[in-house]
Amino acid sequence: MSSPTESVDPTEDAAGDDAAAGDDGREIPGWTPYREWFRDRWSEGGATAWATALGHLLVGGVLFALVAGFDLGTLPIGGSLVWFVYLSVTVAALYVATAPPAEPYVAWLEDRWMESDVDKLLIVLGHVVVVFFVFAVALGLPFNGLMGALSSVLFFTAVYAMMVLALNLHWGYAGVFNIGIAGFMAVGVYAMAILSSPTEAGAASVPGLGLPLPIGILGGVLAAAIVGLVAALPALRLRADYFAIVTVAFSEIIRLTLNSRTLQEFTIAGVTTGTGGATGITMPGNPVRLLFYDGFGAGAEPALLGSVLFPLFRGLRIELIPPGSSWLGVVPLPAFTLDLAVQPSVISNWAYVVVLSAFVALFYVLLVRTGNSPFGRVLKAIREDEVVAKSLGKDTNRFKIVAFMFGCGLMGLGGILWQGSQGFTNPGAFRPIITFYIWVALIIGGAGSNTGSVLGGALFAGALWEGPVYVRRVVTNYVDFGSTPSTFPGAVAPFVEGEVLPFLAFLLDNVSALRFILVGVILVALMQRRPEGLLGHRKEEAAAISLTRPGGGGGGGSTTADGDAVADGGREADGDGGAR
Amino acid sequence: MSADDSVAADATDGDAADAEPSEATAQGARDAADHPLVVENLRKTFGGITAVDDASFSVAEGSLTGLIGPNGAGKSTTFNCITGVHEPTSGRVTFHGTDITGMATHEIAQQGLVRTFQIARELPEMTVLENMMLAPKGQVGERLTNALVPGLRDRVVEQEEELLERAWQQLEFFEIDHLAEEYAGNLSGGQRKLLEMARALMTDPEVVLLDEPLAGVNPTLEEKLLDRIHELRERGNTFLLVEHDMDVIMNNCEHVIVMHQGSVLAEGTPEQVTSDERVVEAYLGGDV
Amino acid sequence: MGISETYTRGRDLVTSRPSVLIVAGIVALLALDLVRQIATPGGLSTTQLVGYLWDGLVVGLSIGLAGVGLSMTYSILNFANFGHGDYVTSGAFAGWAVTWVIAGAGQFDLTTLLFIGSVSTRDLGVSAFATPLAIVVGLLVAAAATIVLSLVIDRLVYRPMRDEGGISLLIASIGVALALRYTIYIVFGQRTRGLTDAQSVPDIAIAGGFGVGGHEVALVVIAAALMLSVHFLLQTTKLGKAMRAMADNEDLARVTGIPTERVVRFTWIIGGGLAGAGGFLIALERGAMNFQFGWVLLLLIFAAVILGGIGSIYGAMFGGITIGIAQSISLVWLPSEFSTVAAFAVMIFVLLFKPDGLFSGVTTA
Repeated sequence: MSSPTESVDPTEDAAGDDAAAGDDGREIPGWTPYREWFRDRWSEGGATAWATALGHLLVGGVLFALVAGFDLGTLPIGGSLVWFVYLSVTVAALYVATAPPAEPYVAWLEDRWMESDVDKLLIVLGHVVVVFFVFAVALGLPFNGLMGALSSVLFFTAVYAMMVLALNLHWGYAGVFNIGIAGFMAVGVYAMAILSSPTEAGAASVPGLGLPLPIGILGGVLAAAIVGLVAALPALRLRADYFAIVTVAFSEIIRLTLNSRTLQEFTIAGVTTGTGGATGITMPGNPVRLLFYDGFGAGAEPALLGSVLFPLFRGLRIELIPPGSSWLGVVPLPAFTLDLAVQPSVISNWAYVVVLSAFVALFYVLLVRTGNSPFGRVLKAIREDEVVAKSLGKDTNRFKIVAFMFGCGLMGLGGILWQGSQGFTNPGAFRPIITFYIWVALIIGGAGSNTGSVLGGALFAGALWEGPVYVRRVVTNYVDFGSTPSTFPGAVAPFVEGEVLPFLAFLLDNVSALRFILVGVILVALMQRRPEGLLGHRKEEAAAISLTRPGGGGGGGSTTADGDAVADGGREADGDGGAR
Repeated sequence: MSADDSVAADATDGDAADAEPSEATAQGARDAADHPLVVENLRKTFGGITAVDDASFSVAEGSLTGLIGPNGAGKSTTFNCITGVHEPTSGRVTFHGTDITGMATHEIAQQGLVRTFQIARELPEMTVLENMMLAPKGQVGERLTNALVPGLRDRVVEQEEELLERAWQQLEFFEIDHLAEEYAGNLSGGQRKLLEMARALMTDPEVVLLDEPLAGVNPTLEEKLLDRIHELRERGNTFLLVEHDMDVIMNNCEHVIVMHQGSVLAEGTPEQVTSDERVVEAYLGGDV
Repeated sequence: MGISETYTRGRDLVTSRPSVLIVAGIVALLALDLVRQIATPGGLSTTQLVGYLWDGLVVGLSIGLAGVGLSMTYSILNFANFGHGDYVTSGAFAGWAVTWVIAGAGQFDLTTLLFIGSVSTRDLGVSAFATPLAIVVGLLVAAAATIVLSLVIDRLVYRPMRDEGGISLLIASIGVALALRYTIYIVFGQRTRGLTDAQSVPDIAIAGGFGVGGHEVALVVIAAALMLSVHFLLQTTKLGKAMRAMADNEDLARVTGIPTERVVRFTWIIGGGLAGAGGFLIALERGAMNFQFGWVLLLLIFAAVILGGIGSIYGAMFGGITIGIAQSISLVWLPSEFSTVAAFAVMIFVLLFKPDGLFSGVTTA
């Protein structure tokens, strides 16, 4: 049984490392006693283990400096020594976060985690909020800045959660390996844009058909589902990996077609419209804006909610301690004002986040209903063994096509809510990389679990997408890096001479590229160590009702006659409860 | 199934239809009354190897018919041809007078002709109950709209409750109800065999094709399985039982078909078959 | 074969697989249209057509060369390696860094050369004709560096996952691809850099105003030589036999005493070497590269390999040339921005009718 804290348990790690080291290191004099000493200290855990590790790092660093020919006495203060200071602080922080002081907290977390799916979501979102609160404090952001940062994280959480839920239907349930998500999103977004954009072209874009937005959205979803059908037809005949390549080729065909100058603007039956080519296409206005303003234009006046909320929040400052007050009229107190002012743009962003959350809930309900039904049961059976499903009379092709189309339609809708909400998009937003992001989020959450899909979306958005950017902001806020080198050699040269800061500055400057590397490494690590993700091992029964004996209580009844025993009514099968 | 297969089958089908003598059809019609499953001149070749060579037999309603033969006699291939896993090279399989040759596996299963597998194929990461509830035919919840739309879902839930009750009864009947909530992958070999048969019966089949249901099963469980089969037969199910073990067939079946080198060598009651010299020779000559 | 039999077969084909006929019809129509366009005065000239075919061949061979490695790892290790495109990029960057250092040492700043920085390509004057030694050494380094890279990645990533299914490995390889590509991005930067001095590459004139570039010829010759040698290596050595056995049935190969880990290692050596060399040559022919050119090429490489059938070297070559020619000949009918679309469409169409590729069943040969 895996708990969320297992990975930070030093004893566990030590056992693993030793096993690995045991295979490789042989026949070096003194190695065995040294290893035993190390193992002892390591397995003691806690402070001893951390001190040992830190000591090794320090000794190694000094050795390295000696071998590399540095004069330890003249090392500049910004040099390698600083590295060790940073490292020590990090390690100390890690220790505090994981060892005794954190124990009651971790125990409490574990309890809550097991409680329910809502608790899991609250735990993840709560931590995201806390971490971003810390970021905001570290950056000295006002309340408005914190709210802005949170609305951005929650926006990505919501859109990734939607996309991952749709992907989970494909991969987690039906076992269809779709890496063309970006293409289906693009179809949904562009179909919506073309259907609903005004017939009078603005300065920036091509004219649309001018249909009402709901029709545009419906059309986008249907278009994505129909393109899904076209893509699914080969799926019935191809191996999973060939199908994967067909889907990604499909998504590239879609993107390149949207990107082409030929279709930028065309006229069919007297109606002129187009894709806008590489420059992109403007979207119909986001209706959520109409809750706050009387129009879509930049000069629109606040209306409805806007006319009430904007003034309310604009001046929301609570003077807790007015200036000039004193304690008992003797000790002067510093003035303190709780500044809760929030800008209009942040308020409307939050409103959209609320709308998105409602859609996440809708996706979740739809997919849980799909999964917990005879339909989902057949999908699961197809994933497990398609021949069995066929031999029990299930027309597996029909199920696969319907599931694929449904998932693609949802991907189209998710794309509309994501890319279509921002007034403008271009084909560059639908590169295959976005597909891989969604996959990473799915794998983090655990394929097969709908709750896991939402958690995966939240973790991806918080920790991998928005997190690194804020880390950079915080670090650059506190450390003065001087000038940032623009090239890698320019950053490495000072590093070799002991100057760490330019190198760090260079890395931070490239944080978006580092994020890709991080995503890649996490993907590999997950596939190696925990391919089932956070919740993928969990049992989510595919039935429209709870599968317990009506009235009789689960299990029980007759006894085993043959002695082939499996623990009675074991709720959570760990794989060790197998035959005998 | 590849497109080439379908070309070959279509071609031979056409030829067979042209050349078919009228008496074969008459034979089929007569059998259909009390023999739901009729196999005529079945032939299946893989490349140059003929696995089934002109096999013809029928299975009587409510019977427990045994299909035996030494290794490589073509029993499993015959099974696969009947259930649509392989497409026969030539010949005809009818079920209640309907030609089911070359039909897709799931269509054949929907007609009420269901099989089990020689090596039990449970769905490992689904619970025993999920395995059971997958099987029944005509589930309204297999339509996505019914599963999603609130008003329509009520019917799905209603049906699920009925199915759940049936699944429990079936599990009790096979005495594996204590494992209902276990992952199927955690079951022992024998339990999987029981689950497999219970699952097949959840489809309400008329004829069940059992592919070596007793292979790898301990004697106690074997007894139990055979008891169940007899009991179900009394309730009106028809069974075609492929077995390697001569004794099992002889002690339990009233009608026995012996296959050898791809064709039917002998057919009749156990007594008739055991006294047939060719059968004895095939078994002693080949490996028993 | 009698006439009636032919007729029956034809009839069966028409009734059972009308789609094949439709495709054949489309191909015939396109061919007819091609002839018509050539016949029309002022239309497509023969020189143009030959030019398209030659371009297709060059692009196709480079895709094929990079594809052989992918095809081999695919058949031996049973997974589609999405990192292969970035192996190609890595090889190209390693090789070109060395080529530049050799060509420009003493003349330019060494660090700038090593990181393929901003140096005027005209002044540096690198080409297969002006600085052949630098090119040859660069090619060898490209192959060697990619071999080392692929072995290290195999040790770190794929070896611990040997027993996992192809899809798990595929997902891990996407992670490898991302990490590699953006490591190159950080080290070498984002910009597309010129590599060769176009002035020093002679155009070889052939009859009728049709000429071919010197680097194109270099690519075709080296690619053909590399593929032939790999072919002989696999045909004549014990290793080749072991590889074919393993591609056919891994368990059986292991039982019969074939050292599967060694075969895997050699697969990476050959596949990685060809990927690196291919990357270097593609960059040579194009005269420019950036950090994601291998990734952009990867889908075309996949298309080629699947088209030709996984595990077949001839298949990869044939598939590459098919994709290359499909891409260039599509220019007759489509604007140039659709040439990649045309190549992908050809792949999807072929897979619709031959789900295992054109040379299905043929393994490493």
